[in-house]
Amino acid sequence: MVEIIIAAGIKVIFVLAAVLTGCAYATYMERKVVGHLQHRIGPSYAGPYGLLQPIADAVKLMFKEDIVPDKVERATFALAPLVSFIPALLTFAVVPFGKDNTVFGYDVKMVLSDLNIGILFVFAITSLGVYGIVLAGWSSGSKYSLMGGIRSSAQMISYEVSYGLSIIGVLLIANTLSLRELVEQQASDSIWFFSNWFIFKQPLGCLLYVTCAIAETNRLPFDLPEAESELVAGYHTEYSSMRFAMFFIGEYANMIAVSAVGATLFCGGWQGPFVNEIPFIGIFWLALKVFVFMFVYIWLRGTLPRFRYDQLMNFGWKVLLPLALLNTMVTGLFVVMGWF
Amino acid sequence: MNEVLKAVGNIFLKMPKGFVVTFKHLFKKPITLDYPRKKNPMTARYRGKHYLERYDDGTERCVCCGLCAAACPADAIYMEPEENEKGERRAKMYEINLLRCIFCGFCEEACPEEAIFLGQVYEFSEDNRNSFIVGKDDMLVPHPRKDNPLKRIYRRVRRVYGVTDKSK
Repeated sequence: MVEIIIAAGIKVIFVLAAVLTGCAYATYMERKVVGHLQHRIGPSYAGPYGLLQPIADAVKLMFKEDIVPDKVERATFALAPLVSFIPALLTFAVVPFGKDNTVFGYDVKMVLSDLNIGILFVFAITSLGVYGIVLAGWSSGSKYSLMGGIRSSAQMISYEVSYGLSIIGVLLIANTLSLRELVEQQASDSIWFFSNWFIFKQPLGCLLYVTCAIAETNRLPFDLPEAESELVAGYHTEYSSMRFAMFFIGEYANMIAVSAVGATLFCGGWQGPFVNEIPFIGIFWLALKVFVFMFVYIWLRGTLPRFRYDQLMNFGWKVLLPLALLNTMVTGLFVVMGWF
Repeated sequence: MNEVLKAVGNIFLKMPKGFVVTFKHLFKKPITLDYPRKKNPMTARYRGKHYLERYDDGTERCVCCGLCAAACPADAIYMEPEENEKGERRAKMYEINLLRCIFCGFCEEACPEEAIFLGQVYEFSEDNRNSFIVGKDDMLVPHPRKDNPLKRIYRRVRRVYGVTDKSK
């Protein structure tokens, strides 16, 4: 019993450290990539190539004054950053990151919790994040925050349906909700190691998933809740110091989470060349895929301007939802006819 | 229905073009200069902070004639004369108020001794106004100079007069 707890603890620490470091360096990567997209150079002062910039940012945020404005609802104001921060991290509990290994005679499952309803858990948890934003917007007692919160909830309603439907196709094909089994079904021994990835059976599903995931994580071009040119900083206008940092880390953790889930669903998760020969290489493959997803995120940010509010609604209800339904129906037909 | 088809068409036909454009720009050389660590070279004709030239033996070229002060449209130059040990005229005090100066280069053109020039230095910010009044000590080039002073003078002279150095 004690051994199980220790093993789980080690895994938790490992995953948490990896995710938080990933968040920190996601900010660095974003600033660098967007910078170069715009012919700038991005952070370059802290350390070689500015590599220590995230650490400098973290130290700065920690030492900043924590300002609580006069008219906030104090309890909710304090709660909101946690509500958006913790669900973002919880997602990683079910994402498998490697082939099961034997370490010091113990069988180690390379996943924190092998839930048989893993993907349902992911979708339930990621949807919770929006409460943090809504509560922050409402409790701040500021018009900009409130607008951001309202937009966030409206955005979520229009995207959550398509978000859920976009993965139904994969689940229909795989006939399982467990992320571990989803990954195992995408394994392939041939030289075309990616031949069994679900992205080839579900290209539209993948596209819809990525689009909805961007909306879900409030990233450009769907960053209406924090549209800085309209709403100052949206829901976190009144936040400072570590409370703001929690929103910030939460956003990036969410990005990494949906990237990891997307990689798991559509791109084979930790599957890749040599997974059977070299232990722990699955971590590398998953990280690489997450990196590619993150790059697409940032690339999108550098390419597309922000959607207008009504455009967003139109896009969510009139384009994404019909496409998601179509995808689900066609996949269902294929599965029933046994064409997959 | 029409709207949906149009939007879908835009996504698959038009959006990839935008992504290609931005992806190409990712690999272009950044325009931003890594400023304090790398600096753009100023052109030879750039008019920056003034400096006072010397003769090759180290004596100051400036004889404190006051033509530069007369030519100065901003009235930024103030000077007081004295004599050196050989009995030659030179400036006891030579002050330029860089806050008044408009860097027009008239002083450079007016100078009959080719003593004052506007250099390449553009980083001379200070934290109080008095520091902007620079004296002779701040402007006189050290003797001997590290780089070849004549080269710079010839270049200046060619620009100002269109002739070669008179001292040759």
